[in-house]
Amino acid sequence: MERGGFAVDEIVRVFRQCFIADNRWRYLLTGLGNTLTITVFALLLGVAIGVLVSVFRSTYDMTYDTMRPGFGKVMLGIMNRICVLYVTVIRGTPVVVQLLIAYFIVFVSVRSGVGVAALTFGINSGAYVAEIIRGGIMSVDPGQFEAGRSLGFNYVATMRYIIIPQAFKTVLPSLANEFIALLKETSVAGYVGIVDLTKAGDIIRGNTFQAFMPLIAVAAIYLVMVIFFTWLVGKLERRLRTSEH
Amino acid sequence: MSTDALIRTEGLKKHFKGGDIQALRGIDAEIGRGEVVVVIGPSGSGKSTFLRCLNLLEMPTAGRILFDGVDITDPKVDIDAHRRKMGMVFQHFNLFPHMTLLGNMTLAPIKLLHESRENAEKRAMALLDRVGLADRAGAYPSQLSGGQKQRIAIVRALCMNPEVMLFDEPTSALDPEMVGEVLDVMKRLAEEGMTMVVVTHEMGFAREVGDRVIFMDEGRIVEQGTPEKIFDSPESERLRSFLAKVL
Repeated sequence: MERGGFAVDEIVRVFRQCFIADNRWRYLLTGLGNTLTITVFALLLGVAIGVLVSVFRSTYDMTYDTMRPGFGKVMLGIMNRICVLYVTVIRGTPVVVQLLIAYFIVFVSVRSGVGVAALTFGINSGAYVAEIIRGGIMSVDPGQFEAGRSLGFNYVATMRYIIIPQAFKTVLPSLANEFIALLKETSVAGYVGIVDLTKAGDIIRGNTFQAFMPLIAVAAIYLVMVIFFTWLVGKLERRLRTSEH
Repeated sequence: MSTDALIRTEGLKKHFKGGDIQALRGIDAEIGRGEVVVVIGPSGSGKSTFLRCLNLLEMPTAGRILFDGVDITDPKVDIDAHRRKMGMVFQHFNLFPHMTLLGNMTLAPIKLLHESRENAEKRAMALLDRVGLADRAGAYPSQLSGGQKQRIAIVRALCMNPEVMLFDEPTSALDPEMVGEVLDVMKRLAEEGMTMVVVTHEMGFAREVGDRVIFMDEGRIVEQGTPEKIFDSPESERLRSFLAKVL
């Protein structure tokens, strides 16, 4: 009992040292805020880029060979090349390197580290989202496309009202995976001096010489966020599934 | 009839690159206003390709298609505007699985004809009532039988008030006991004076409902005429052997 009591006292002491003393919990709060800000903006940007790129890519794959020669065909060819280049470069280089390049070369005069990180992670995520959605678009029955066109919808409207909603539903689990990966990937933001959740835990570790509690706390917060997000996606999936097959 | 052709094709050819197939070898045909034309022929005869060329789901390699006097193969023509006047029904229904039946039917009128939602839904409900599915308006396509799906596909196309309806083997994917309910809807449509082009293997329907029957083989029109002429006194050997197998 004596030893047990001592252990509890010790835990309480380290806890106070890590999180209460000097208001160190504020590091975690700031870090969590930055992590969420970066993730949410990157997510929105990633989906926007991903949808755009995937539409160009799948349009090229499905229609280029049968298209009439002309300006549209040339433009589609060029856009497809650009999209392929983008996906290749982004997926072929580590996100940390992309972040360092963005922070120290491209946006060297921009003061907002969080802004640069959100942009970088968004551009990074867009490449992965593009490939995921492209797979979803290609998996929609071509008859759906013909039905849309035969009613008189043009290509873009058919995509918007008929193909993308179905593709989105198919790829939702893969997208959720990508977003979970994105949330955790933002933990490298500390490389360019941003106080994200991971960096916050690391700062506390440096200040208190206590490694265990701050790092386990950081891990636990990530875990809770991922579990919450997974639950949310599961709920959304079930709601969407009520209408399907 | 030639004075009032709704659709006229001239020298229509279609060549598929993959497999190097000559699907259509020069089709000259006319669809008159209010006429019900049934296209029959063996598999691979090009009858579906012909139908799909009429609204340019397949782009012909050569030839012209005049719809209401306008050559729709001209790249300058807005094909989407013309497709709105040509309803199409597919073998595999192609209903939109992420929308209710009412949603399937009102999407195009609301987005393309800029109808109000109330008006579009009112018209859709009237059409649903005509095919006996008014009580299923809020259901999703996955909850329907094949015959019900195809009836919905027909009224979805009708919601655009088309001038012609194109049917691409509408009963081929159905269980035998569901064929009748779909053919009944098509028959009523024909009686109301709708212009129809029907690719089908249902010889009974061709004989009973068709004003004219076109027999195709190897990408050509081999013979055409009234159902009586085609079925009772076929001229070509090819048609006689085809009918001997299917009747």
